Amino acid sequence: MVTQTTLKSGGRIRQSAGDRVLDLFIYVWLIFVAMLVLYPLVYVFSASISNPEHVVTGKMWLIPMDFTSVGYTKLLQDKDVLLGYRNTLFYVSAGTLVNVVMTVLAAYPLSRRDFVGRGAITAFFAFTLFFSGGLIPTYLLIKSLHMVNTFWAIIIPTAVSVLNIVIMRTSLEHGIPNELIESASMDGCGDLRMLFRIVLPLSLPILAVMVLYYAVWNWNTYFNAMIYLNDREKFPLQLFLRDILVRGEFNELQTGEFSIQRVLEGETIKYAMVIVANLPMLLLYPFLQKYFVKGVLIGAIKG
Amino acid sequence: MRSRSSLVKAIRRHWVLYLLIAPVIAYFIIFCYFPMYGVQIAFKNFTAAKGIWDSPWVGFVHFERFFKGYYFSRVILNTLQISLYSLVIGFPVPILLALMINEVRTKWFRSFVQTITYAPHFLSLTVVVGILFALLSTQKGIVNHALRGLGLEPIAFMTDPHWFKTVYVLSDIWQQMGWGSIIYLAALSGVDPQQHEAATIDGASRLRRIWHINVPAIMPTVAILFILNMGNLMGGGSLEKLLLMQHDLNLESSDVISTYVFRTGIGGAEYSFAAAVGLFNSAVNFLLLVSVNYIARKAGETSLW
Repeated sequence: MVTQTTLKSGGRIRQSAGDRVLDLFIYVWLIFVAMLVLYPLVYVFSASISNPEHVVTGKMWLIPMDFTSVGYTKLLQDKDVLLGYRNTLFYVSAGTLVNVVMTVLAAYPLSRRDFVGRGAITAFFAFTLFFSGGLIPTYLLIKSLHMVNTFWAIIIPTAVSVLNIVIMRTSLEHGIPNELIESASMDGCGDLRMLFRIVLPLSLPILAVMVLYYAVWNWNTYFNAMIYLNDREKFPLQLFLRDILVRGEFNELQTGEFSIQRVLEGETIKYAMVIVANLPMLLLYPFLQKYFVKGVLIGAIKG
Repeated sequence: MRSRSSLVKAIRRHWVLYLLIAPVIAYFIIFCYFPMYGVQIAFKNFTAAKGIWDSPWVGFVHFERFFKGYYFSRVILNTLQISLYSLVIGFPVPILLALMINEVRTKWFRSFVQTITYAPHFLSLTVVVGILFALLSTQKGIVNHALRGLGLEPIAFMTDPHWFKTVYVLSDIWQQMGWGSIIYLAALSGVDPQQHEAATIDGASRLRRIWHINVPAIMPTVAILFILNMGNLMGGGSLEKLLLMQHDLNLESSDVISTYVFRTGIGGAEYSFAAAVGLFNSAVNFLLLVSVNYIARKAGETSLW
């Protein structure tokens, strides 16, 4: 912090004309980039609460026009959406629990300097980052394990990620002084007690990072569900989202009689769906972002 | 002999640690290494009834069929084009963004830009592609309304094969550039401010200082990420996103190796053929990664290993 203010004042002394032009250039560009990123998000939100007539004709382009809540009310009445939400909540909580437990199980031994074979085991894990069996052999494996169309197919094949193990291990190595481990070990503290009494309580921040990483991933993923599930009752939200957003299929639309009004409603529903699908993330975002950046930085320290 | 007995001793002393890590090792053996063993079906005529081991060997038949097949050049070309396009356009963007954000001294503006540019990273691909369909729709999308407003012809972004790669790559940049800049910002925060002060006193302009101090500071990070990207040159984008954006109308420019494997394998149940195509793909990627890493190690100090 101190160094930054000295730099700031140092920079100010010799702020030449050229520097000021550069400054202006950078600010203008960054504002432009930020607007470019923000615009689609604002537009989607506005479209979700605007009269669909103005949306499809392009009259509404930024500020909501003719408020309507029809998109949201229709969505909340839709069986698929509620079902998807329920299933996703289940997959996210069960999946994340498995993910975090597995990550700790791998990262804790690997972070111990006195753990013989840590290099070999890390290499054994890391090799899978560069080479894999590929889609088909994995698919056949899941099939032969009779996991197809069960919720296990969503949770078990993605039980842990190598990168997160590395992040967690690096954080444990840097966050917990080796002397602490050694002295506890000399006092007769066993490896398991050390995990629960010393290591975990001291690594709550990185655990939070891991929970968030995995939870967001579990929330957003659809691929395994798409290839392994065929029973709509088990579909996560993202699969219903795909049907509604990408394929433009909405239950109400198909069963109900065809009318312009319904087609227009369908448009609003799509936009509302984007907002609803990201609601938990929208609410948590400022918190999420901070922790995520932390995870990236720990990961960047180098595995 | 001695190392073996010391291993036994270590395991006996810390058996709890080995017990803890055992489920994770089991997971990797089953879900990562067993599929590698299963790759041999690429050289066999796999039938579910016979299983991986007992299916008959057929050599390189499936590879030959792929190399001589109608789709070979199309699929390879699309894969390379999407990867190169992402690399050439997408790779520098986070670097430029980080260099610019790093120059911002106004705290709230800095965090404002960061908060906004990170946000799309948290959206799911289904949502992003859904937004693309909505905004780029020929009839109802706001982008085409704007084009009409400017007196231009509307463009069928989502169905015209000419536009597929552009939409794919640019939307990817939109979603990931902010996030990608974090790692460069971290490298930039490690720059010693005294270097800047000294250069300022010597009369260096901001631009010169960025070029001679900041850019060299992030070069090792740039090199590592570049190697990783090169290793994925035959990756051809994200299968998940491609599948969402793909349909019959744009197939000629959207069909890459991974979607081809998906369609023939999972869709068409031609397991051995699809596994052969997939194996060819990951072998090429692996070779690329190893050779780019080799070149980087010879040329400079940075390499993955």
